[in-house]
Amino acid sequence: MKKLINDPNNVVEEMMKGMAAAHHDVLKHVPDTAVLTRVERTAGKVGIVSGGGSGHEPSHAGFVGKGMLDAAVCGPVFTSPGPDQVLEGIKAADSGAGVLLVIKNYSGDVMNFEMAMELAEMETITVDKVIVNDDVAVEDSTYTTGRRGIAGTVFVHKIAGAKAETGAPLAEVKASAEKAIRNVRSMGMALSACTIPAAGKPGFEMAENEMEIGMGIHGEPGIERTLLKTADEVAEELISKILQDGVHKSGDEVAVMINGLGSTPLMELYILNGKVSDILEEKGITVYKTFVGEYMTAIEMAGCSVSLLKLDDELKELLDAPAHTTAFRM
Amino acid sequence: MGLTTKHIQLWLQKTNEKIQENKTYLTELDQAIGDGDHGINMARGFEEAIKKTAESDYESPSDLLKDWAMTLISKVGGASGPLFGTAILKMSMSVKGKAEINYAELTTAFEEALAGILQRGHAAENQKTLVDVWSPIVRFLQENTAFDSAAFTNQAKEAMEQTKDMQAEKGRAAYLKERSIGHIDPGSASSFYLLQSLSEVIEKEGVTV
Repeated sequence: MKKLINDPNNVVEEMMKGMAAAHHDVLKHVPDTAVLTRVERTAGKVGIVSGGGSGHEPSHAGFVGKGMLDAAVCGPVFTSPGPDQVLEGIKAADSGAGVLLVIKNYSGDVMNFEMAMELAEMETITVDKVIVNDDVAVEDSTYTTGRRGIAGTVFVHKIAGAKAETGAPLAEVKASAEKAIRNVRSMGMALSACTIPAAGKPGFEMAENEMEIGMGIHGEPGIERTLLKTADEVAEELISKILQDGVHKSGDEVAVMINGLGSTPLMELYILNGKVSDILEEKGITVYKTFVGEYMTAIEMAGCSVSLLKLDDELKELLDAPAHTTAFRM
Repeated sequence: MGLTTKHIQLWLQKTNEKIQENKTYLTELDQAIGDGDHGINMARGFEEAIKKTAESDYESPSDLLKDWAMTLISKVGGASGPLFGTAILKMSMSVKGKAEINYAELTTAFEEALAGILQRGHAAENQKTLVDVWSPIVRFLQENTAFDSAAFTNQAKEAMEQTKDMQAEKGRAAYLKERSIGHIDPGSASSFYLLQSLSEVIEKEGVTV
């Protein structure tokens, strides 16, 4: 393992310290917790809280700030924070109008965030939740764990955060977030593995000439392991699988997110996007806005994900609303 | 004499020893079919539980189990924190007010623990989760009237090993579908260490349950 760290068991704490020091105008660390919260609070606004395992930076603390999240809970690397820490995030975000939790659909995250909701209700804080499951690489099923939440979650942060900023009540903020979840689909691919610092070695092996289509942001298996393909071929596969889900059709307007997983240069992400934009044009889908960069990474994994968010007038307005966070500005 | 506070403390210590010894093994099991951190998370949580429970003198098994549970819930994280934490917490609630735990009470405590796991995890049997160890062990306790250490450990071990041939339907291993077959479920392996430790404490300390 070759990493610029001090102690593999202390990476999250040290990262939070560095983040708070760098962006003290936007966010601050709540002492003795795993929570980063907004410096400037909007009183009487629904609080938006997200979080989960660390290792996905800038997710989620990079989206703390005006117009997006009020608090992010930073769990251990790839591991959901416990309910006590999520409760701290809820408390930091609560200003009397209730709190909405944006949870990515993983067993651990859902269990811990739900336990935190129960604890918050005992402290008479009104809390509701939405669960993001945008990854079309996984079959959707209520019987199993179902689809994973990946980079499309960042669009949900943006939409929920913008809606909350309008002063809308919790139920309306939740409804907008759920609309975003219904309208967003994503799929990823990986070129290389990643190493959890405390594990010291990569979570899986991937040969130099291999890639995996549909791989999750913790290295969970995807749809198929294949020989390395070109960026154009990868763009075709990802978009075709997303469109097969039937949410995005000819005549629709979409926001596109081309997300790097940690070790993929912007050059490659832009090459991919060139093809993505061609394909969408051919399919009669209008691209309203495109976001290219690192939004939800998998430590140092190489690879990308593509997310499409179908827009209507409400979602366009909320997407365009101001956001002042360290990793997303409008 | 039934299970006392001292025995619960020994149970926690013994389990912690096994988790620490097998930290790499548990993580490797999780690397095969999950996200590769189960051993790390369990080792961290149990180490904290040892530290936390060393701070107090507990008056009852219930009080000690409660601190053990709360530490797991807050320090293990992931899915294992709520699941193992809920199991131990339900045991704590089940034996509240008792200085000693007899066989019938132990059985009830395990029934409550399993109910808590099922409620929290929304899983059923044969989905390759720790339910596949806890359900058979509860049935085993129900079918017997006195604690047989060797048989208890064997039952837990057999149940754990049977998860190897199952296809995962819950948790991260579910994404692997048929590729999850052929690997022991990491949560079931940790459950086995927990149960084996209880069995060893009961045998070594001459506990009559």
